Amino acid sequence: MRTPTLGHLPGLVDEFGKDFALELFRRGNYSRNFDYQVKKEADKKRINIPIYLTIGSEFNSAALSMVLPGVNIFGQHRCHGLYLSFGANPEALRDELLGLSTGCSGGMSGSNAIQGKEINMYGHSGLMGEQIPIAVGAAMASGETSLAICGDASVEEDYIYPSLGWAATKEFPVIFICEDNDLSILTKVEVRRSWSPVDVAKSMGMYAVDITDDPWLIAYHAKKINESGKPGFINIRTCRVLWHAGTGNDGLPEWDRYSLILAELKKLGFDKELIDIDQENKSKVEKLWA
Amino acid sequence: MGLVTTKTTADVIKEITRNHLENDNGLLLGQCVSAVGWIGGTVPDCKNIVEIPMTDIAGPAFAVGAALKGRRPIFVVRYQGFMWYNASSLVNYAAKSKQIWDQPCPIFIRSIAMEGFGVGHTASSSIHSIFMHSPGMIVAAPMTPNEYQEVWDWFITHDDPIYVSEHRRSFALTEETPNEVDENADITLLAISAARLNAQDACEILKAEGIKCNLIHQVWLKPFIIADELEQSLKATKLGLVIDSDYQMNGASESFSYTLMHKYNMPIHALGIEDRVCGVSKEGENITPSAEKIAEKVRILLSQRK
Ligand SMILES: Cc1ncc(C[n+]2csc(CCOP(=O)(O)OP(=O)(O)O)c2C)c(N)n1
Ligand SMILES: [Mg+2]
Repeated sequence: MRTPTLGHLPGLVDEFGKDFALELFRRGNYSRNFDYQVKKEADKKRINIPIYLTIGSEFNSAALSMVLPGVNIFGQHRCHGLYLSFGANPEALRDELLGLSTGCSGGMSGSNAIQGKEINMYGHSGLMGEQIPIAVGAAMASGETSLAICGDASVEEDYIYPSLGWAATKEFPVIFICEDNDLSILTKVEVRRSWSPVDVAKSMGMYAVDITDDPWLIAYHAKKINESGKPGFINIRTCRVLWHAGTGNDGLPEWDRYSLILAELKKLGFDKELIDIDQENKSKVEKLWA
Repeated sequence: MGLVTTKTTADVIKEITRNHLENDNGLLLGQCVSAVGWIGGTVPDCKNIVEIPMTDIAGPAFAVGAALKGRRPIFVVRYQGFMWYNASSLVNYAAKSKQIWDQPCPIFIRSIAMEGFGVGHTASSSIHSIFMHSPGMIVAAPMTPNEYQEVWDWFITHDDPIYVSEHRRSFALTEETPNEVDENADITLLAISAARLNAQDACEILKAEGIKCNLIHQVWLKPFIIADELEQSLKATKLGLVIDSDYQMNGASESFSYTLMHKYNMPIHALGIEDRVCGVSKEGENITPSAEKIAEKVRILLSQRK
């Protein structure tokens, strides 16, 4: 099931168009450059707190940000990409990682509990999965759409199923995302469970899909769920390139989504644009951390 | 005898709730609210009541989400023992939210204690002390109609979550209970929740024996607000006893006696529920110290002082 093409739908890149593609790249690439810079800063001990990097899955958030403007965002601990793609202030994230009181959470949260008030992104408490019922409660109470993101491990938490079930029963507008990197720190899914959260969500009467981390595919399904005004569930098979926390790696990821995205964009005729955007983002990030 | 009002505490809770739900766009979340006696007659039949599924782990987090969106939910838990489930998002998110994210998460947590009638260990007693450990959580234990109103007024004018340790025995009360301070009393009793009712009876028992007790009623548990009358009384009696409906060991009664002992440099003792599981049989029951038990403790303390 874990393939870079799972759930592939032909024609989506063209359907979304060139502007979409470039903006998607701009956002995902910025997060990528940001987190590689964070890695550098951590490696030289300028950052001295636990950090949870998004590298490998940064385009998931970029895709969601392209089609879900104005939603209330409830992420988990690994959410630098989410914060940045939706347009929260990078300086405040930098300061938070540096442990400064000018950080996005006033220096109270560090990497894993960031918030972005300007994008309605609520902080995560550090209890994995807790954001899911909170997101459902927010949708219930406000009628606004919640984006609720968890991982393949936290999706196993007790509070997830009553939340999915209640959202399905009452048709609260919640877009549930499971970023499935097949890892609970270092323990693979097959060691932990034999069932799929997609089957569970479906059995509750919800639109639910199991797909790879192709950003166009993510955007397609997220948009579809959002437009339905009902809850839906997307399991995204994705890869974590670096350690759970910290900057090391345990070898090559199963697939390299970034290269696959570059190949798609080149097919659209982009080449110089990609280099320019990458350069521009790189220098922005370097300046930010100088 | 205190002042007499015509309303019971349950009436006041119901009135406050109706106003919040009908006029202030508030919410009330709970399980099986609109059935099984409407929670001791404290919940009105009106809009904005949210029946949540039977989930004591996700349920409080639904309330957190509602609070983040400004609905100031009332979250009802019928038995305080269920709080071992419900606590997590209340202490870990609601209580911390303001300090971590400068993001208020005000929830009015109605946590209801019951005891006796053979309800057993899970449904018995109050466990407000564990919530007093949690940074950012306000804890109160109102018993009378006016006290309940005072706690609600505090909630609605502040933006913190508040753990309201209710007791079923408060629902039928109509009278306020002014603190009693006599300069010539032998001992100061500081009582919490249903222990206040038993302490009142203990005072009567002891009075008949010629022992005079000052009884101070504690509503605010965290922050622990020391009433002027408490200070006055302790300075006069130089001996105190804190009595609670929660477990004594490491609980509010021991915590308050410690604080008071250091502040006033005098012996202050604690008496709460014993450190054993509550059974159903009369012998196995372990509930709020009875009037006789309180009276006996006072007799012992006074004899030790002599
Ligand atoms: C309630 C709770 N249980 C356990 C943990 C410890 N823990 C932190 S991250 C993690 C794994 C999370 O995996 P997943 O949800 O798949 O996210 P990923 O790190 O893979 O992005 C665990 C078990 C926790 N923080 N909270
Ligand atoms: Mg994982």
